[in-house]
Amino acid sequence: MTATASEAAPLLQVRGLKMHFPVTEGMIARRHIGDVKAVDGVDFTIRRGETLGLVGESGCGKTTMGRCILRLEKPTAGEILYDGVDIAKLGRRQLVALRRRIQVIFQDPYSSLNPRQKVGSIIAEPMRVHGVEPDATRRTARVRELLSLCGLNPNFADRYPHEMSGGQRQRVGIARALALNPEFIVCDEAVSALDVSIQAQIINLLEDLRDKFNLTYLFIAHDLSVVRHLCQRVAVMYLGRVVELAQCDELFDNPLHPYTCALLAAVPVPDPTVEAKRAFQPVIGEVPSPINPPPGCVFHPRCPLAVAQCREVRPELRELRPAHWVACSVVQ
Amino acid sequence: MPPLLEVRDLHTEFRTGAGIVRAVDGVSYTVDPGETVAIVGESGSGKSVGALSLLRLIPNPPGRITHGQILFAGRDLMGLSEEEMRQVRGGDIGMVFQEPMTSLNPVLTIGRQITETIEQHRGADVGAAQRRAIELLGLVGIADAERRLKQYPHQLSGGMRQRIMIAIALACDPKLIIADEPTTALDVTIQAQILELMQQLTRRLGVALIIITHNLGVVARYAARVNVMYAGRIVESGTATALYHDPHHPYTMALLHSVPRLDRPRQARLDPIEGQPPDLTRLDRGCSFRPRCRFAVEQCATAPPPLLPAGAPGQLAACYRSNDLGTVAGEAA
Repeated sequence: MTATASEAAPLLQVRGLKMHFPVTEGMIARRHIGDVKAVDGVDFTIRRGETLGLVGESGCGKTTMGRCILRLEKPTAGEILYDGVDIAKLGRRQLVALRRRIQVIFQDPYSSLNPRQKVGSIIAEPMRVHGVEPDATRRTARVRELLSLCGLNPNFADRYPHEMSGGQRQRVGIARALALNPEFIVCDEAVSALDVSIQAQIINLLEDLRDKFNLTYLFIAHDLSVVRHLCQRVAVMYLGRVVELAQCDELFDNPLHPYTCALLAAVPVPDPTVEAKRAFQPVIGEVPSPINPPPGCVFHPRCPLAVAQCREVRPELRELRPAHWVACSVVQ
Repeated sequence: MPPLLEVRDLHTEFRTGAGIVRAVDGVSYTVDPGETVAIVGESGSGKSVGALSLLRLIPNPPGRITHGQILFAGRDLMGLSEEEMRQVRGGDIGMVFQEPMTSLNPVLTIGRQITETIEQHRGADVGAAQRRAIELLGLVGIADAERRLKQYPHQLSGGMRQRIMIAIALACDPKLIIADEPTTALDVTIQAQILELMQQLTRRLGVALIIITHNLGVVARYAARVNVMYAGRIVESGTATALYHDPHHPYTMALLHSVPRLDRPRQARLDPIEGQPPDLTRLDRGCSFRPRCRFAVEQCATAPPPLLPAGAPGQLAACYRSNDLGTVAGEAA
């Protein structure tokens, strides 16, 4: 089942994707004792030029999802159709070509840049690897262009990452992602490690670049207010599954899945008067282990609406409102 | 009623290769008994070093508290011997840190880490300490206490570990708990659980709480009073309501404007604070926020502005233009 199969020109279609990591026991004779079901049957579509937000708490599988799309992991089952080609089945050589079109921006601007490389060389590396701009002078010019595009002084090419602040380093990471003129960028918690005042700068930069180059983003994040600001559609994940998927405004204005409601209620709003009026009851319990997820609906042990059926039947995504998909047997 | 804690003109500096960093540069504030005070700021603003300074936990070298008084329940903590200070830490002042994995000892059981505090500070025998530990786990909402006490930190989830930290902080009936980014490492739903728990317990037991955070939402939900820090100084302080609805420092204003909010319609564009955070080794004589401030005038370069009354009663702001920001902002808009 694909959430928006009827929509035209999807750039990326994920169908029935599963990524299970084996858990083994014993040092010599390794016995397979189970699987971490990091992603367990996920479907979604991203149209060209669209930004899809993927939200959820740690361990929900959102980062693994991104890594599968980048083919940093080979999925256990399912299809990832990028422009009609199944990424999950590509060989090495075809993957290299694909990676010119798909790039990534990581969370931590400290560990995602090589501390011994100058900024200019970090940004030029994708071009060297892919044989784009073989001429060194033109490559240097391109690096300077990318730096100023990302709001940095072109002379920063001669600096090392440790000479820069976190926000500046994240700009370098963005410049590197843009070096090959990609169409699609996976932003994995790209603004989460930044201070509040810098976060807004980087969000604006990501928006400007999206408009300028008609980029498509998969925006993976746990901060709901940032996702709401930046995305056109949002998928909420819980324990390896998408539990709700809708247009951004629809999801935030009329959340239907009890988990989405709990997430939204848990976010405190920066306004003491609003907060004083909110009746707030935090959701109970913690996320269960993905090795041994609960049967039926994975959220039922924490769900205020759970009924007997939820313990047995795994709910599939249903279109409860136009283009608003919810995996819950109770809400209507 | 006199305040429980009164910090007067605290200065903490670090010697680094790049020069002297004045991480805390003349900070003064008070905390009343049973009150929740938030200290808000971004990385490098001095909020954590300030809290560690209260407990005199600054590693020396490279750090040093160079000046100031820390009056707690009538005593100046700066004048205490190291042994007396040990009795205060974990005794009258409890601590909850950001990373529950690194602040618990991985090779000791949960039970041992709780009873150790009780035995050290209250001279309790093993049985009494054990009973108190079980009682504390119940208090912080951990079921099956006897089994949990025999477990090691790695066997617990992040949220559970932070509950253990709270239990340890509460073990000796403290008057004050200092919580440094207590929920930053936790997921949203767990963060909400832990903050609710801390709020309930501090209210029920009448413990004062200093909560250090960068999250403006957490402050709005839980704190009565707020100190906003920038580059080692308090730039604005007051009740949460006054500060959020009528900020009188450009940094507070800009900070509140720069975050996307779930309770408001989506904005076309965010309004960030331009520029970079200050380099603390290269601060000059003027206001540290000046290079990023859209209200800066020549006077701002002469000397750091003093923290003076502005706006609502009890509200203070360190800005030469704190009383005409509203009109200037209005003209700009």
